[in-house]
Amino acid sequence: MNLLNVKSVDKSYGGVIANHDVSLNVPEGKIVGIIGPNGSGKTTLFNSIVGHHPIDSGEINFDGKEISSLTIPKIARLGMLRTFQQTHIYGKMTCVQNMQISSDIDANWKRIFNPFSKEVDEMVDELLAFVGLYKKRFLLAGDLSFGQQKLLEFAMSLMKKPKMLLLDEPTAGVNPTLINGLIDRLRQVNEEKGITLLVIEHNMRVVMNLAEHIYCLANGTMLADGKPDEIQNDKRVIDAYLGN
Amino acid sequence: MMKENKQNTLIWLGLAISAIVPLLLPNHITVLTYIWVMIILALTWDMLGGQTGYTSFGNILFFGVGMYVCAVVQRDMFSSGLERFERVSEIVVNLSVSEYFISLAIGTISGAIVAVILAIILGSGILGMRGHYFAICTLGLGHAAAEITSGIEYLGAGSGMVAPLYPSEFLMGKEVFYYYSFLLVAVATFFLFKKIYKSQFGLALNAIRDNENKAESMGIHTTQYKIAGWSISAFFLAIAGAGVGNVIGFIDPVEIAFSGPTFGVWMIVMAILGGKGTIWGPVLGAIILYSAKETFWTYLLGWDKVALGLLILIVVVYFPKGILGYFKDKKQLSDSVLSPKGEG
Amino acid sequence: MITYIQILISSPEFLAQLIINGLLVGAIFALIAYGLALIWGVMDIINFAQGEMVIFGGYLTYTLFYQFGIHPILTIPIVAIALYIFGLLIYKSVINRLLGEKDIFITILATFGLAILMQQLMQAIFGPDVVTANPELGMLFLFDGQLIISNVQLVSFFIAVFVGVAMFILMKYSRMGQAIRATAQNPRASRILGINIEKVYANTFAINAALCGIGGSLVVMVWTIHPFIGLVYTFRSFMIVILAGLGNFLGIIFAGMGISSLENVTGFIIGAEFQAAVIFCLLVIILVTRSIRARKRREYIQ
Repeated sequence: MNLLNVKSVDKSYGGVIANHDVSLNVPEGKIVGIIGPNGSGKTTLFNSIVGHHPIDSGEINFDGKEISSLTIPKIARLGMLRTFQQTHIYGKMTCVQNMQISSDIDANWKRIFNPFSKEVDEMVDELLAFVGLYKKRFLLAGDLSFGQQKLLEFAMSLMKKPKMLLLDEPTAGVNPTLINGLIDRLRQVNEEKGITLLVIEHNMRVVMNLAEHIYCLANGTMLADGKPDEIQNDKRVIDAYLGN
Repeated sequence: MMKENKQNTLIWLGLAISAIVPLLLPNHITVLTYIWVMIILALTWDMLGGQTGYTSFGNILFFGVGMYVCAVVQRDMFSSGLERFERVSEIVVNLSVSEYFISLAIGTISGAIVAVILAIILGSGILGMRGHYFAICTLGLGHAAAEITSGIEYLGAGSGMVAPLYPSEFLMGKEVFYYYSFLLVAVATFFLFKKIYKSQFGLALNAIRDNENKAESMGIHTTQYKIAGWSISAFFLAIAGAGVGNVIGFIDPVEIAFSGPTFGVWMIVMAILGGKGTIWGPVLGAIILYSAKETFWTYLLGWDKVALGLLILIVVVYFPKGILGYFKDKKQLSDSVLSPKGEG
Repeated sequence: MITYIQILISSPEFLAQLIINGLLVGAIFALIAYGLALIWGVMDIINFAQGEMVIFGGYLTYTLFYQFGIHPILTIPIVAIALYIFGLLIYKSVINRLLGEKDIFITILATFGLAILMQQLMQAIFGPDVVTANPELGMLFLFDGQLIISNVQLVSFFIAVFVGVAMFILMKYSRMGQAIRATAQNPRASRILGINIEKVYANTFAINAALCGIGGSLVVMVWTIHPFIGLVYTFRSFMIVILAGLGNFLGIIFAGMGISSLENVTGFIIGAEFQAAVIFCLLVIILVTRSIRARKRREYIQ
């Protein structure tokens, strides 16, 4: 069953066509990758999916619901979260607070004027340990390094127990020695928590390793899709990357 | 833990002193009352202005609304003397002890409720906007309210209304009664806000301040939280307004109820001076600014308001983090220097 | 209220009178709004002290007229230069320190503080009374006296238009104007291309102050001022800029005249004492509708 269905989405800024007739399917429980040269419209597609801007035409279906006209918070509450290329965290709050506020506070609004519950705090500790930030939990998030902020943002989205995560270049800016660990964690999240992942990635090694199915965008259109080894040997993809 | 205990001791000590101060300084009781009022004003402004970072220039609206609603209830609840007078602004009602306090209580609460309703309605409209536009939309709230009130004869139009006479037969004097009332409201506001800022709700407000886009993308109902915060502020601000109307004894739309250049500006300056976004900052700012204003500003002979304007500019431009923010920064700096690096 | 509407319907020449008065004065508002749009667009500063600068200019003209006997119209260049220098001083002492400040509210608060300070200073110096500097130029009777236009309004209209056209030409052809426009589009690129951003900002802010000063001189000739009326001019400027959009010169002129006429008519119908409230409520209504519409497009206005 497909958790996310994107059907012939068009999006242009002024006269510039960012996405044209883009379709993709993300089956539930899988890891899907999106690759493409710079400016091929990957992030635009992400933004269209999560509700950052309106789309010109097409359909976006998530978990059986049409979401192409919903706003960001509504889509997030349906269980689809995204992380950003540039980190978005709450800089003047500690890591623990960043995590706490990411728990589903709206769900138990009757307790909104109480402190966070034991369960939330346990989950915070567990997830911070999972991404390796436990020792830094009382530091201000704004004081972390860029790579650590990325990990924190990843952990924050896990607090919400999403159905699906959209990760925009999760390894960009992360120390190369940490990348393998990150791949393992992404896979772990997918297997153990059953979270579907859609990943934009520039690092070919990472995406070939991680994804079960890969879509390749070029110049705003869907160029090819297939299994990693198929994509790797696809002449059109190679040409797109070599700038032909 | 130790720190918390020390803080609590300080609070109790401060409250004990505050409770006996009117006996020691009976001549300054009105000034002391106003310090409590100012603390409420600064605390309520900081809920939105400090905790969510949404600078509101129009909170004075709720102050004035509370004042007017309370005054109307006090005037009309036990006597319908409207017809006997030529002008509304001349009506002075004489109430018995029980009538006075019942109408005061009901008036205050109705004022607070009306203010909350207003905050919800206005908030749903303008709190969906961000940055510049939010600020622009709050700038004229007080001014517009003053103009509209000035045109309503039922509210005494431009000349305002007179608060009912305090029943002299009551065992407690007017000044003392209002001193303790404001002490109570201010302390209640303080502890409630302290609790709120430590709760999930408080953290949501801070999340909006730090990164509203992120908060939205995590599915937090940002606008609802802002509206709720503003409504809580409006509630306590209206209570303060209702009381101040009675302390002064008469109400007028421009100079007292919706007075942007006095109460409206003070609340902002006090919160920023003390340190916005903290619980103690507004309290500290209120005490410092109001004591300063009362002690030496009278010597400035008419230039006191100019001095206030200058102070606002200096505080905002050169000292935007306020007193507590300044010390916090210093402490953080020394912490990061002292703490061993490379841990973890 | 209904009787007033009936008056307007039964005597269209009176309605025309109100609208023409509005159009004439609207040019002054447009001039002030243009200054606001300029610093908003170039420096991303929302100036809450816009109205106070206007009133300050008005008081200067008033003082020069009554203390030194200079004809109000002749004070305009003096006031413009004085306000230009005033603008430079404010820039150097206040605005300069806030550029690059991430928290936009700090800049807004600073201009708000400036507004309060100027109000209080003007009250302390010039007193709280309502003043005017009407040069008594007489009236112009048109259509057998059915339409009366006071000459001072006509003159101030032409002065405003003249200054507006001059600004337009300056912005288009002078070096500084070009630098300002380049900076508005992309400050970083302009800096790399060797434009002195600091100087551009200082000049932009000072030009705005000068425009406010000229506006103030005209206002004090046509109407009256007092130290606390500035807020109304600030609202009007915001209203015009928000209706027209930043950097839309013609739009600002039309919006200025339109709002001014509308204000005259509503002022007649529901009373001039609600002047500020009417403009402000309109402003809020426009912004709220826009915000709701933006929400539907998955956007928000900021």
